[in-house]
Amino acid sequence: MGRRVLVTGLDSFWGGRMAQALETDPDVEMIIGMGRKEPTVALERTEFVRADQTYSILSRIVRATQVDTVVHTFLLVDSTQVPGRALHEINVIGTMNLLAAAGQANSPVRHLVVKSSTLVYGASSRDPYWFREEHRRAGTPKTRLEHSLVEVESLVRDFADDNPSTLVTVLRFANVLGPNIVTPISANLARRVAPVMSGFDPLLQFVEESDVVRCLEHMTRHRVPGLYNVAGDGKLPWHEVIATCRAVPLPLPVIGTGLFASPLAQLGVIDFPPELESLLRFGRGVDTSRLKQTGFRLHNSTAGALNRFIRAVRLRRSVGDASPAYTFEQDVEQFFRHSPAVVDTSLAP
Amino acid sequence: MTSGRPAAQRQHGALIPLPRLQAEEPIPREERLTDVDEWGRSERTRHLARLLYTPLYRYWFRAEWDGLEKIPTEGGALLVANHAAAIPSDAPVIMHGIEEELGRPVYGMADFFFRTVPWVGTMWARAGGVTAHPDNALRLLRDQQQLALVFPEGVKGPSKQFGDRYRLRRFGRGGFVEIAMRAGVPIVPIAVVGAEESMPIMLRLPTLARALGVPYLPVTANMLLLGPLGIVTYFPAKFRLRVLDPVYFDVPPGQERYSKSRVMDEAERIRLLLQETLYDMLRDRRSVWFG
Repeated sequence: MGRRVLVTGLDSFWGGRMAQALETDPDVEMIIGMGRKEPTVALERTEFVRADQTYSILSRIVRATQVDTVVHTFLLVDSTQVPGRALHEINVIGTMNLLAAAGQANSPVRHLVVKSSTLVYGASSRDPYWFREEHRRAGTPKTRLEHSLVEVESLVRDFADDNPSTLVTVLRFANVLGPNIVTPISANLARRVAPVMSGFDPLLQFVEESDVVRCLEHMTRHRVPGLYNVAGDGKLPWHEVIATCRAVPLPLPVIGTGLFASPLAQLGVIDFPPELESLLRFGRGVDTSRLKQTGFRLHNSTAGALNRFIRAVRLRRSVGDASPAYTFEQDVEQFFRHSPAVVDTSLAP
Repeated sequence: MTSGRPAAQRQHGALIPLPRLQAEEPIPREERLTDVDEWGRSERTRHLARLLYTPLYRYWFRAEWDGLEKIPTEGGALLVANHAAAIPSDAPVIMHGIEEELGRPVYGMADFFFRTVPWVGTMWARAGGVTAHPDNALRLLRDQQQLALVFPEGVKGPSKQFGDRYRLRRFGRGGFVEIAMRAGVPIVPIAVVGAEESMPIMLRLPTLARALGVPYLPVTANMLLLGPLGIVTYFPAKFRLRVLDPVYFDVPPGQERYSKSRVMDEAERIRLLLQETLYDMLRDRRSVWFG
């Protein structure tokens, strides 16, 4: 019997892409995608459940579908998307429910993959230039988002302790850049106005979006347990990133930054989530040698990720959004998946 | 993930192959706009800094080296020196001298405080400054086989008053020895004479320093003599630098921990060696200004 995988956040950028990637794996027999809205990418055989992450639903899904693998991509790492309270609900409570469902008695779950972020390290002047997985952050998290992610990771650690028979993989991804993803950083760069902290030019690390999916897929497919930093090789100074994108730096004062930045953010001149402030002061780097020891290689370095991003931005600047939008149509998808009228031409003889 | 899926993988009828994620096209590597490396150092900035620093190095401090050939021309080594002057003048002199003479970069390790200061912190990093975090040192020395310069006295060195000149402070907790052991590189001690007199501290204002959040706030002789100009102006003290024999440790590298007593012994030995050398150099010195 093949593997049965539950993907959370199917409607999110990562959930959808991860399900797409899993669909190509012949060993994966069944993919169940949970989401609060319809998927935004085309899927062939993923079963979509519209559900939020409440415990009772999750535990029923886990029992009913007998999934052996849970890929938890639905952790928000962009605090501009939702209000603070919802952030806590989604990240902390959602994960708590998921872990409770996965850890229930006679649970079929044997592998848990969590997509976390290097935000858990924070950014401060006392940091090492390269965080290793065992490093602790310099101070307690000051933003809601970082707080929630640190809490999520501690929940996952508890889960790993309580369920020694379940493999647990936690991947901490650096800031993502790529042709399609929209993050506060990419939004600023694409808009050509990028906030900088006056007098600071931090070194940043990026990981390319397709590398993120490849990494998640690799870890899921090969059941590699453990905690890993994932980031492209090398670092780039923020001012160089801005110049490469031909954006204009918008200096923010280092004292009273919030007072200046929040009206600008409200007006939509810049994206400036609170996490960005310390990052744009001190930058962040993570050591990826542990990931490399597993034999997995990213295709893109930090500079490569920026390159792929800026090429897509240039295209959009010239011709607008070139990729056709996808709309999920429940009835059509149901028809192709389950109607007896559909002749499965692809089954192996 | 992007193309060429075997047909057998499709379990349900997909009549039309849907467009998948964009294929990964090979992309020509674009030129970087700056040469800032992963430490924040820029060789171009270093070059410019050396150009500007040359007159100061050659005609103001008239730096003279003794034993420069003892510094390894390849492989990692941890350079260790005594530290002095309100705005330490020894670090730039050592870095400048070695980079000019040996043509290999020196990374100067210093307190994280630098990183918090706007503009200064950025320039400091571009000019080869790195936060003195043990992991940073290890990566520089072991993984990249570079020269790293540390001042084991830390902030206690430059913050000492003129009356204590050339008396080495405690060498931290011997962390620098442990790093060198772990990285498997030698320690090269450098004794510096002249820095103490280039900007001597007459008085310290600890309360004001705390209020401003700086490690120390000195009143220097330079300020007393030159007024505001004295904040950034060094006295033209004659610099003499003597490189001592590299210290090798016969311990296996890569260990997580080393015998604390061994580490402390080695640290103390290097401290005494530097202290003795300093006294020796001061015995030979006829004039603060002319050497």
